[in-house]
Amino acid sequence: MLSISDVHTFYGHIEALHGVDLEIKEGEIVTLIGANGAGKSTLLMTICGDPRAHSGQIVFQGRDITRLPTHEIMRCGIAHSPEGRRIFPRMTILENLQMGAITGNPDRFDQNLERVFGLFPILQERGGQRGGTLSGGEQQMLAIARALMSEPTLLLLDEPSLGLAPLIVRQIFDVIRDINQSSGMTVFLVEQNAFHALRLADRGYVMVNGEISMTGSGKDLLNDPEVQRAYLEGAVG
Amino acid sequence: MPSTGNGTQASILPDSGHRRLPPGAIFKEAGLTAVVSLALLVPFVGFKIANRGGEQFLETRLPEVLIAAGLIFLGRIFLILVREGSLALPVAGGAVISAIGLFAPIPSAFIQAVAFTAGLVIIVRAAFMVFAARRRSSTGREFGSGFADGYRKALPWLASALIVFAVILPLMPFGERRTIDIAILVLTYIMLGWGLNIVVGLAGLLDLGYVAFYAVGAYSYALLASYFDFSFWVCLPLAGLFAGFFGIILGFPVLRLRGDYLAIVTLGFGEMIRVILLNWVSLTKGPDGVSGIPRPSFFGLEFKRYPAEGTESFHQFFGLDYSSLHRVVFLYYLILILALITNFFTRRIRTLPIGRAWEALREDEIACRSLGINPRNTKLSAFAIGAMFGGFAGAFFATRQGFVSPESFTFLESAIILAIVVLGGMGSQMGVVIAAVVLIGLPEYIRDLQEYRMLAFGAGMVLIMSWRPRGLLSQRDPTISLARAEGKTS
Repeated sequence: MLSISDVHTFYGHIEALHGVDLEIKEGEIVTLIGANGAGKSTLLMTICGDPRAHSGQIVFQGRDITRLPTHEIMRCGIAHSPEGRRIFPRMTILENLQMGAITGNPDRFDQNLERVFGLFPILQERGGQRGGTLSGGEQQMLAIARALMSEPTLLLLDEPSLGLAPLIVRQIFDVIRDINQSSGMTVFLVEQNAFHALRLADRGYVMVNGEISMTGSGKDLLNDPEVQRAYLEGAVG
Repeated sequence: MPSTGNGTQASILPDSGHRRLPPGAIFKEAGLTAVVSLALLVPFVGFKIANRGGEQFLETRLPEVLIAAGLIFLGRIFLILVREGSLALPVAGGAVISAIGLFAPIPSAFIQAVAFTAGLVIIVRAAFMVFAARRRSSTGREFGSGFADGYRKALPWLASALIVFAVILPLMPFGERRTIDIAILVLTYIMLGWGLNIVVGLAGLLDLGYVAFYAVGAYSYALLASYFDFSFWVCLPLAGLFAGFFGIILGFPVLRLRGDYLAIVTLGFGEMIRVILLNWVSLTKGPDGVSGIPRPSFFGLEFKRYPAEGTESFHQFFGLDYSSLHRVVFLYYLILILALITNFFTRRIRTLPIGRAWEALREDEIACRSLGINPRNTKLSAFAIGAMFGGFAGAFFATRQGFVSPESFTFLESAIILAIVVLGGMGSQMGVVIAAVVLIGLPEYIRDLQEYRMLAFGAGMVLIMSWRPRGLLSQRDPTISLARAEGKTS
């Protein structure tokens, strides 16, 4: 569904991605783990076209999207829940969700709204509340819900567990699994929280210094001694 | 005062356990207010420097002082009653005070106006209390302070009341020439404020050169009329189109900039337009300006005492005596309609995807891009539409003045329009109205203060910014509610 081949991305003169290859198949949950500054978010943002890949190719559903402007990439069926949530703080939950549906089919708005309210009942309860007054967990739920409003075929999630309590993290990861299993939506998850991410994912990639260092099924990576030493130190089953 | 017995009052606070203030305490508080105000009124209102035959006298104005103090005393009582939870009495009292302002033979027009507004304020205040009480007693889960909530609910009423007031203003006893002239000026700025509000308030693009579009609108009418004899009604849409077109031309290269940088570049463009108008003498007559701009006609009927051969003028057609006021009133209604169109348009577009995208863009551009919004085109549309309304206002300005020169379009104008938007509360329509009345209307009304005008202007700005740093009405109204969403959504 999405294939990334030999992608190099620069910030000015500094090369952040040194030729990344990655493949996501339809219906999978794929996770990308790695330390801070490894280039995980950069890869995700390169898929979205900002920053643009310097060289290499990104193909989504048979279409080369490497050179498309960001807003057109986001209209191909890809939705992105960005790092740090980036909800609209002065707009209400409902308005945030409307913004998510802005490129979608207006006739299906009610249906999609019902679906995300089913996934996150708290959002329905708080519908008229402004985004900025929500708790961190609720904001993250809103960010994911907003991304779902455009009915994407591929959902990109950038660190949904960032700064959240373990209980909320579990709740959010359950919903991600739910979305994937009930509607077959493909999910690409970038995470620091390697333990949760690998347990959820069908396959995983490990990124070190802008390169993919390891790949395998979620379970294999979880049991890999090197991964355990580098990313799962102290994690409790 | 009438008795404050509970039987005559409708209590609006059902069971809040609110204790009633005894009448004695109410009078004491109101009396204290009156004494304090008296102390202020004597030096400020009590004396007037009169000029008689080259000599200056100190005139005393005792009746005004007493009337003002009496009105303050009454007003205070009603405000206390509002605070204590009664509704009927303060509303009636507010109406009485307004009526006094309108009809009583008070020697000073200023006190009349103040009394009239004060009465309205009391009524509005009472209305707020009702809404606040209703909110408290309802079980719905609501957020935001009582004032913001009461304001949101009172807004439609307040807005309709203001519109009704604006419509009947020329028919009121104080609707004389000077008042209407000021009202036209205020409405022009309200319209400009609403136009700029699209750019600054909704889309969050800081535009310091808005006056450029005002100038483009004014000059396109002035030049089209004087070179091609186009009528006002043909030029009005053209002026808007030209200004919008300029908005796109100016916006295209600069909209990739953000915040401060955008502000500086728009400032530069605003000045460039003015300098071009100043120096392109062969087209614009440079600093002399364009004069003899035709006045608008009422569906072809001119406002002239002696119309040209074979035409009829307004007063002849309607069988009225000629009055120079007709044209002023006509201009007043014209700008009122133009301003209301701007307002209506803005409110409608906020509920459409494009308007929502503007607001979202102001909040977070990166998030917008990740939702598939093209930021450049979206910003450009806001810039162009804001410019278009500036152009309409400009055409109106030209036809009202009959004369335009580059001097009317200095940076100060941009700054004032921006101040109206910022002080009113970015994105708030009602805020613009209040700010325009305060910033434009009051200084015009107190022109007698002359050089202190700008001082008062500055002091007002400082006060508002320290009291409400996000503008008078910074509350943003949601464009959709859950109840509606569950039924049928756009």
